[in-house]
Amino acid sequence: MIEWLQFLWQTLPVFLDGLRVTLELTAVGLIMGFVLGLLAALGRIYGSPWVRRVCVAYIEVFRGTPLLVQLFLIYYGFPGIGITFSRMASAYLALGLNSGAYQAEYLRGSIMAISEGQMMAGRSIGLTRFATIRHIILPQALRLVIPAWSNEPILLLKSTAVAFLIAVPDLMTKAKLVAARTYDPIGTYLAVAVIYLIIVALLSEVMKALERRVRIPGLEVETQKP
Amino acid sequence: MDEPILKAQGLTKKYGENVVFKDIDLAVQQGDIIVIIGPSGTGKSTLLRCLNLLTKADGGKIWLDGEEITAPGHNEDEVRQHIGMVFQNFLLFNHLTALDNVMLGLTKVKHLPREQALEKALSELKRVGLADRAGHYPGQLSGGQQQRVAIARALAMDPRVMLFDEPTSALDPELIGEVLEVMRQLALQKMTMLVVTHEMGFAREVANRIIFMEKGSIIEEGTPDELFLRPKFERTREFLWKITELYGHKHETTQPTEDL
Repeated sequence: MIEWLQFLWQTLPVFLDGLRVTLELTAVGLIMGFVLGLLAALGRIYGSPWVRRVCVAYIEVFRGTPLLVQLFLIYYGFPGIGITFSRMASAYLALGLNSGAYQAEYLRGSIMAISEGQMMAGRSIGLTRFATIRHIILPQALRLVIPAWSNEPILLLKSTAVAFLIAVPDLMTKAKLVAARTYDPIGTYLAVAVIYLIIVALLSEVMKALERRVRIPGLEVETQKP
Repeated sequence: MDEPILKAQGLTKKYGENVVFKDIDLAVQQGDIIVIIGPSGTGKSTLLRCLNLLTKADGGKIWLDGEEITAPGHNEDEVRQHIGMVFQNFLLFNHLTALDNVMLGLTKVKHLPREQALEKALSELKRVGLADRAGHYPGQLSGGQQQRVAIARALAMDPRVMLFDEPTSALDPELIGEVLEVMRQLALQKMTMLVVTHEMGFAREVANRIIFMEKGSIIEEGTPDELFLRPKFERTREFLWKITELYGHKHETTQPTEDL
């Protein structure tokens, strides 16, 4: 145990280097996925039939195929049609597109949980449809979505490990290097597992704090009514 | 007679084969307090929603202050600012305090400066007796208080006419009074109102015209005296008898001879 902790201490700078990349991948994927997901959710609910079809197609394709396949298609496949992305850009793109499809469905669920009545009430005082969505529907839907959505940063953080397969220098890639150098795969991967675990625990706390922070007195009761 | 504030002609609404109402003619004059009564499912609520364009009518025309608002290309959002609406289930914006509920239309629709909007919103809350609840969220208010905030929210836009869609039907009996009281005050202030309700006491006392609707048509309309004391149709008499009995008021006519 002592030995393992010493080992962990020595290799920590390498891991932290990888962790930085992992966190970057998570953050960019999450933000890109949020923007895409919000657009797709709104498009699917409020869009014209044509827009709806595009949004559904996006969601189904990216939820229906493995992230790894998407990543390989972007990194290895696109150069075939003349578009080349760097390793990092490919990873950002794959994670963002993939996460967006999942986030779209979380968001769609919460937007639809805000009753049709709120839209009617907004329109009744002269707000446009867009203004009602922006000022009435979304502020409520984004609060409602937090508990379900808080899965997404955690899943995404762990999904970033696939970037290892196109040699993005993330935590997993560093782990592989360390394991090969030290001939201690068990110690190495245990250490990496612990690092992922700590980050996930921190993320969970952040989510809980966020939920508390934006809580509206009475709103959660209201939404629990049938 | 002056130009009506709100006028509808030949208004018709269908959902597929199902006709909600057909060929409704209606004229609301300045200062009118019109109560629409009738059995449930006769299209009263849908009629109100059609009048402020929340639901699209399938036929007929609507005019607001002489301007046809059902004309193609007319700005619906602009129209709704001038027609206040109060819903059966309040529909306050649940994420906003009472004050912000009332302010939202002022800042986001009328684009008033914040201070002016705040002052106006506070005065509207005062008007419905809830200035001391300005910082409360809807979830912290009773049903009656929520409905009064909803009335203040509609009033803040300075509407030409207020539509009330069964404003007390979702309330516990002991909360109905406070909402009706606010509506009575509005009537005294000469607010033009179109009210769908089963509160016969309110209709009798406050309305200057009552419209009896059934199965998507206007059966009879007239002053409260005309309808309560001398209904032209047996069906009107029968409905009023039943509803008066149900709500525990004193009967003013003899019992209808038979059930139709």
